[in-house]
Amino acid sequence: MSSKLIKHKRIIIIIIHAGLLIGLVYAGFPILWMLFSSLKSNTEIFSLPPKLLPEVFTLKAYRAVFSSPMKVRFFLNSYLVATLVTLLTVLVAILAGYSFSRYSFKFKKPLTFFIISTQMVPLITLLIPYFGLVVAFKMYDTYFALIFTYMVFTLPYAILMMTAYFNTLPKELDEAVMVDGGSTFYVLWKVLVPLSVPGIIATGVYTFLLAWNEFLFALTLTKSTEMRTVPIGIHLLMGQHAYEWNEMMTMSILGSLPILIMFLVAQRYFLAGMTAGSVKI
Amino acid sequence: MNKNPVFVGLQNYKTVLTDEVFIISLKNTLYFTIMSMIFHLFLGLSFALMLNSRVVNPIVISILRALYILPWMFTPAIVAILWRLLLSPNGVINYFLQALKIIDSYIAWFSSFSLAIHALTFVNIWAGYPFYMVSILAGLQGIPETLYEAAAIDGANEAQKFLYITIPQLLPIIISIEMLDFIWTMQVFPIVWMTTGGGPGHATEMLSTYTYKLAFSTYKFSLASASGVIILLLSMSVAFFFVRHQKARE
Repeated sequence: MSSKLIKHKRIIIIIIHAGLLIGLVYAGFPILWMLFSSLKSNTEIFSLPPKLLPEVFTLKAYRAVFSSPMKVRFFLNSYLVATLVTLLTVLVAILAGYSFSRYSFKFKKPLTFFIISTQMVPLITLLIPYFGLVVAFKMYDTYFALIFTYMVFTLPYAILMMTAYFNTLPKELDEAVMVDGGSTFYVLWKVLVPLSVPGIIATGVYTFLLAWNEFLFALTLTKSTEMRTVPIGIHLLMGQHAYEWNEMMTMSILGSLPILIMFLVAQRYFLAGMTAGSVKI
Repeated sequence: MNKNPVFVGLQNYKTVLTDEVFIISLKNTLYFTIMSMIFHLFLGLSFALMLNSRVVNPIVISILRALYILPWMFTPAIVAILWRLLLSPNGVINYFLQALKIIDSYIAWFSSFSLAIHALTFVNIWAGYPFYMVSILAGLQGIPETLYEAAAIDGANEAQKFLYITIPQLLPIIISIEMLDFIWTMQVFPIVWMTTGGGPGHATEMLSTYTYKLAFSTYKFSLASASGVIILLLSMSVAFFFVRHQKARE
């Protein structure tokens, strides 16, 4: 290699390193600021000149959040709603995916197309008719309102994901089990479901994220403080108090915890769930 | 609710479409969406290419990749409140910008008529690029190595390999994510609602906040429904091409 080419390569390597460093600051600084603000006292957050690391580490904000029944309730609500939505969605998606994958029936094609297109309907468009329905069915300000409406937008993709996963398992497998006397349900629950654990985890993660992050429906379909989820709780606290920024950042850290843990524990499934739609899995 | 509804034909659509605030919201939404799409792609592609270049230690790369994904882990409501802290008039970003002599005095980013929409777009870009990065990384890893080897034998340089192999191979993925991004960003609500609420005035009013306010601040549900359907048609027009594009890829 000529020296000019080596020099050229060196410059590219330096540019890449510089770019990676800039990217690190861009992505990481706001998050570090959040983390360390949650460990500062409220006055220290705005001290001048600003310091990233707290002078005095304090868990005061965490204690304040955990000792407030209202704030704890926000978290319990979020966990309850997201968990139930995930369980129900995965259950329905397994059943629907199984029939889409294994059976041919009337209107199968238009039904698939319908499922795909419901995903594209903006939530704000759905909100107004659902608000009317939820009020009419007397579900306003209950967990049911959130669980049922969330499933409307978690189910379509969950069904498509499970169908795609079942399609990767050979049909001969079912037939072999059925020849040995296994029923349809036996095939599904004892053979296909155990083999589909990766697909089920990806579907579950995807669903949990949607339910955990949802804001618009939770804002509109609930009213009392006891029914509010974490995002709405943060929204309300921001409006009410002379900002307790350290507590707000603590709520943010705690509110991101389940997602961060899922990401760390199951990164591959997590990314499969999150990028579903753009990259074929 | 009205017990005796009257059929009004397309009157509600006419009212919405000729509403000045609707036009402002449409313009804001398009600006916000298109700028987000451009910068999401730019950042996502740059980060993916840097992470995929084989000049850095692979352990460092896998750590960096996880860190670059982080902004995506946060609920929009949390992204909004985090940036309200960072961009607050006595916040850390104003401090640094002033220390670097980029601005003369502290700026209230989210309550400035001219700057709020840019601040909001900036926040959305920060929160959304990892989706592009992850998708493009997966796409890069799917490009067969033999294509690059063949190009090298033919004497292609790095720039040519990028232009004639990488980009064409990534194009189907890029088209998919851009279309999804359009559909998602167009209906963004929480980030706007929790930072500016559409204000000051209507400076950051989006179609979503406009519709929401019609329904739940002024209780004009019929107008809000009309506005909701207009948003639906906008996103459906893109969704139509998205489904066709996905079918063509199969």
